[in-house]
Amino acid sequence: MSSTQNGTATNQTKHTLSVVVKYNLNALSRIIGIFSSKGFEIDSISFGSGKETGLARITITTHGDEQIIEQITKQLHKIIDVVTVSDLTHQSFVEREMALVKVKAQRSARSEIMQITDIFRAKIIDISPDNLAIEITGNRDKVNAFIGMVRPFGIIELARTGTVALKREFEGSV
Amino acid sequence: MESAKAHTSNKNKEKSVQEKESPVLNGAGILIKTLENLDVDTIFGYPGGAVLPLYDELFDNNDINHVLIRHEQAGSHAADGYARATGKPGVVMATSGPGGTNTVTGIATAAMDSIPLVVFTGQVPKEMIGNDAFQEADIVGITRPITKNNYLVKDVDELEQTVREAFHVATSGRPGPVLVDLPKDMLQAKGRFSGLHKVSIPSYNPTKKGHFTQIQKAAELLSEAEKPLIYAGGGVILGEAWEELTALAENHNIPVTTTLMGLGGFPESKPQSLGMLGMHGTYYANMATTECDVLVAVGARFDDRVTGDLEGFSPHSKKIHIDIDPTNIGKNVEVDVPIVGDVKHVLPEIDKHTEQPDTNDWWDTINKWKEEHPLEVPEEDHKIKPQQMMESISDITNGKAIVVTDVGQHQMWAAQHYTYDYPRSFLSSGGLGTMGYGFPAALGAHFGCPDRPVVCITGDGGFQMTAYELATAVEYEVPLKIAIMNNECLGMVRQWQELFYDERYSHSILKKGNPDFVKLAESYGAAGFRASSKNEMEQVLAEAMTIDDRPVVMDFRVDEYENCYPMVPSGAALNEMVLGDKE
Ligand SMILES: Cc1ncc(C[n+]2csc(CCOP(=O)(O)OP(=O)(O)O)c2C)c(N)n1
Repeated sequence: MSSTQNGTATNQTKHTLSVVVKYNLNALSRIIGIFSSKGFEIDSISFGSGKETGLARITITTHGDEQIIEQITKQLHKIIDVVTVSDLTHQSFVEREMALVKVKAQRSARSEIMQITDIFRAKIIDISPDNLAIEITGNRDKVNAFIGMVRPFGIIELARTGTVALKREFEGSV
Repeated sequence: MESAKAHTSNKNKEKSVQEKESPVLNGAGILIKTLENLDVDTIFGYPGGAVLPLYDELFDNNDINHVLIRHEQAGSHAADGYARATGKPGVVMATSGPGGTNTVTGIATAAMDSIPLVVFTGQVPKEMIGNDAFQEADIVGITRPITKNNYLVKDVDELEQTVREAFHVATSGRPGPVLVDLPKDMLQAKGRFSGLHKVSIPSYNPTKKGHFTQIQKAAELLSEAEKPLIYAGGGVILGEAWEELTALAENHNIPVTTTLMGLGGFPESKPQSLGMLGMHGTYYANMATTECDVLVAVGARFDDRVTGDLEGFSPHSKKIHIDIDPTNIGKNVEVDVPIVGDVKHVLPEIDKHTEQPDTNDWWDTINKWKEEHPLEVPEEDHKIKPQQMMESISDITNGKAIVVTDVGQHQMWAAQHYTYDYPRSFLSSGGLGTMGYGFPAALGAHFGCPDRPVVCITGDGGFQMTAYELATAVEYEVPLKIAIMNNECLGMVRQWQELFYDERYSHSILKKGNPDFVKLAESYGAAGFRASSKNEMEQVLAEAMTIDDRPVVMDFRVDEYENCYPMVPSGAALNEMVLGDKE
């Protein structure tokens, strides 16, 4: 009958939380602090400075069973400077992540890498005799797939932003 | 400096004072004026370099009583005791660096028990922050996990609103400690005091009213129950809902058990009272919790000291959980009817919609449990038994004192054997279990309620953690009664070592180093007494009650090897409690 916060994790699912918070570093630290002190997980986190508007939007992807996600949401709500917390997972939403990938690209491999880049609608942003730097944007799966495709050529450096997400406003009808 | 006096005048000017008319003060003046405006009457503090501007303001202030404690940890416990006794927020003032870090244990203690505190700390001047300046500590960072919110005020123009916000946050919703860090140059900068009361935090809106359909569901469950039980926690006291709780229980003849923090939330002299549940709860409270079919948790959080093994906790019941903090609900135990709201609003609603459940058979069972295993008070004349000590204190104060305990065996015996009929009468560190809490918190309770008798029940171990506050108690002529349950050991540790570690008493015996507590008291100018038998104890207590101009320390020599029962061993279920020593 009982299940505890740290109980056996069943039905682990990925969740994307969008948090709007009054912009100050103390509030951001509190958000991170909730995750470390309560033993919750962060898969990725991204935030944009909101100095001008006074608000920042933070996108956190995490995973856990229903109960854990509910606790995370409630705990985030409890932070005084947190304005809204929405779990986008069960809503229709758009998410994007960007990655910059520096790949080994000898002359022989170059055209193949460029083809893959085209297929993924990625962009070459820097070129040198031995390397290509590519910018890829998309949801997490697409970015993962792209990285998977170029890995065999040899990845020299990789930088990912983590997911940002927004709820869809119009769902339309067909 | 000339502005230092300006704030004492025009105290009655409430509401909005026009910008132009509002007095120009320095930050320190603005802070003190804001505190006055918020009806703060007492501050527990200790000066130092970074807060000298504040202390200068306090020098000729007659409206706020600043109590000079002797250690900032005691200051934060005293403010906590003041808050628990009065319901008003406790206010602490400390200097930067070590002053701030010394308050940390008191802040954490308050956080665990949801006690409203506002702690002001000095900070090095703004441009020196981050330079490892003399007496610099990142107190906002240090206290972040143990405060409900905290602030570093960089701009004197934000000071007044921040202070108002701090008090609002500390006292509303689920209360808790808030810290405000004050750089010295900000305290010296000139600004204006507006007197505007309004605080608006768009992102902060605690729920008050419970959801109507949930309340109806709860009332239905309760009406159909055959074996209902109310389990009341500290939320009843914090939410000032003791009358509403009593009404619900009496109107429908439902038994009530309370947690340590809930003691006094329901009068223990009433027939519906089962006393405390949990690790050292009564046999009948724990049995009723295990056997009940509907459990109403009111302002309680299913703490592990209450539930014992979760698998065996109240296995047959439907659970209704009323709490103002949604994170408490469903955290440890799954509930059938969650109600987020203020207990004071929710309880009368449930009461109104509940029909009389038939509880006659249930009461027969409970009364049988009560007869079979009442709390036992061993009688001995030539020795003091700890249980006797608590009963004697209960008798001599007619159950009307504010009892403040430390942590350990004496705490549990004080919880069990004193009859708590009034709210805000049992103050104890429940969540954090902070030794050293009792004495300074009792001091704070006295400053909050100078007309009520205050008794501190403490251990020879715990008392020594904050005994230096005798200086404060003597300076302010506080007629506090300090009853030391002196068993010459760290009793609760020794009990666990006896029961679970083959009587290997590792570092838990205090016999050799203990001071002569009577002489210790006298050296401060307090009264000191010792008693080693029941008779002596009662004489000492009677004499102590007549002293009204200084603290009294009573060294009660109790049986060293007495163990505290009933006891639910950790990891066991509530109904697997042990009732006494093995033969
Ligand atoms: C600051 C702190 N340190 C350690 C403990 C662990 N602890 C809990 S009870 C206890 C023994 C307390 O002894 P004493 O004050 O003599 O009280 P008694 O149990 O004998 O009544 C200890 C050491 C604690 N609760 N708090």
